[in-house]
Amino acid sequence: MSLNNNILVKLNDVGFQHSGKWLVQGVSLTVKKGQIVTLIGPNGSGKSTTAKIALGILKKIHGEVEKYTNKVGYVPQKISVDWTLPLRVYDFMILTENLDEKTIDEALSLTGVIHLKDKSLGNLSGGEFQRVLLARAISKKPELLVLDEPVQGVDFTGEIALYELIKKISDELNCGILLISHDLHTVMSATDHVVCLNGHVCCSGTPIDVAKNSEYKALFGEQASQILTRYEHKHDHVHTIEGEIKKN
Amino acid sequence: MFDDFFIRALVAGLGVAFVTGPLGCFVVWRRLSYFGDTLAHSALLGVTIAYSLEFNIALSVFIISSLIALILVQLQNRTNLPGDALLGLLAHSSLAVGLVVIGFLTFIRFDVMGLLFGDILAVTVDDLYIIWIGGALILLVLRLIWKGLFASTVNYELAEAEGLNPDRAKAIFTILMAAIIAISIKMVGLLLITGMLIIPAAMARNISDSPQKMIIYSIIGGLLSVIIGLFSSLEFNTPSGPSIIAAALFLFVISLFKIKQTIKLKN
Repeated sequence: MSLNNNILVKLNDVGFQHSGKWLVQGVSLTVKKGQIVTLIGPNGSGKSTTAKIALGILKKIHGEVEKYTNKVGYVPQKISVDWTLPLRVYDFMILTENLDEKTIDEALSLTGVIHLKDKSLGNLSGGEFQRVLLARAISKKPELLVLDEPVQGVDFTGEIALYELIKKISDELNCGILLISHDLHTVMSATDHVVCLNGHVCCSGTPIDVAKNSEYKALFGEQASQILTRYEHKHDHVHTIEGEIKKN
Repeated sequence: MFDDFFIRALVAGLGVAFVTGPLGCFVVWRRLSYFGDTLAHSALLGVTIAYSLEFNIALSVFIISSLIALILVQLQNRTNLPGDALLGLLAHSSLAVGLVVIGFLTFIRFDVMGLLFGDILAVTVDDLYIIWIGGALILLVLRLIWKGLFASTVNYELAEAEGLNPDRAKAIFTILMAAIIAISIKMVGLLLITGMLIIPAAMARNISDSPQKMIIYSIIGGLLSVIIGLFSSLEFNTPSGPSIIAAALFLFVISLFKIKQTIKLKN
């Protein structure tokens, strides 16, 4: 740590096995202060698992995680809140840390849901709930933000605004962000480092490294989603059901 | 002041209600009612051990209930049986073993009904100390683990990710459950302790929109149940535990009407 104070979390060759099947393996990545690292990859490629490894939610992992911060904000991909609990948005905002009213109002305003502050969490729409989740994660002013599909279910204009907000937060708070996103448009424009997963790290680097500079512009817009598909066609290996990787 | 058995019972019951209020909310939120039942059933074994070894009842019940909780965790890790089957196994077998042991202890006269359903006559001044000091300790510890316990009740992964150590909070909460059963067994009886935990909390859920309110209403509901229950127990010569629980049920039914009214207002 003394050598590099900017590192927030570092995964060294980590993997996770569930019922004998590898969900993800051989992942190494580093998130530094002020950096946005994005995980991309198809469904079931281990993006969320990697995030949970980095957060310390999954125990019994392979490899090691070096974590240099305790100030963490997390937006999970799926959240199942039990509605036997009477919970307002306000109660949810102070779930893991006590915050003053001003901080809460600021965060809720930033994500555009200040009017929902006293509403019951169970009555929110998917998009509204997502905005509350993001507000909660940023309100604590964390050093490390882990955002797993943070804008799912949010309307189109809101999506762009929220991604701009995420970028702004990373600059203002100088926090590190580990982002999982399907929106390649955003991935390519706002990210410092991209890691492409498919059960293991397929490739990683700057967005430009991942999707070559000329292609990157061409792939903007409707064709953006093809970045992944084209990339996958370059695989030099196949994945067996057990998660083994065989070279062609 | 504590010379009168009824005053003693009232003071004991109110002390219990202060603690079952908040703990009961967590039992409802975390769906632990059957777990509470299991710990309560195992308390019989604790009582018999206390009698045969001439040991403090509350302490003995606390130890046995904690032990049962520990065994449950071990069984969950080592077998493929579903949680409710394991709970049933432990609840009924510990109750059975407790009753068998009573059968052997022919030299002691047991008031089995009192154990199962509570006995206000049995409350001594010592019990009052145990209830109020023990209860204050339980609430203090609950206050200390509140953040982690509550956050993990809402969502385990958020609590774990943001450093609140939910596993530790859960383990401590289990010990608190054993402790509340230990201090309230004489008042409510082991078959009805879970009712004292759940019914006021369920009543409170019907009329609250925030966790804090639910806890406060749950405490108030418990206190009212104890007062109404004990006075009717005295009046009609009914066992204290069932009377308290029946009063709690009465409050629960009233709270249902409150919901209907709010729904009507909305329409």
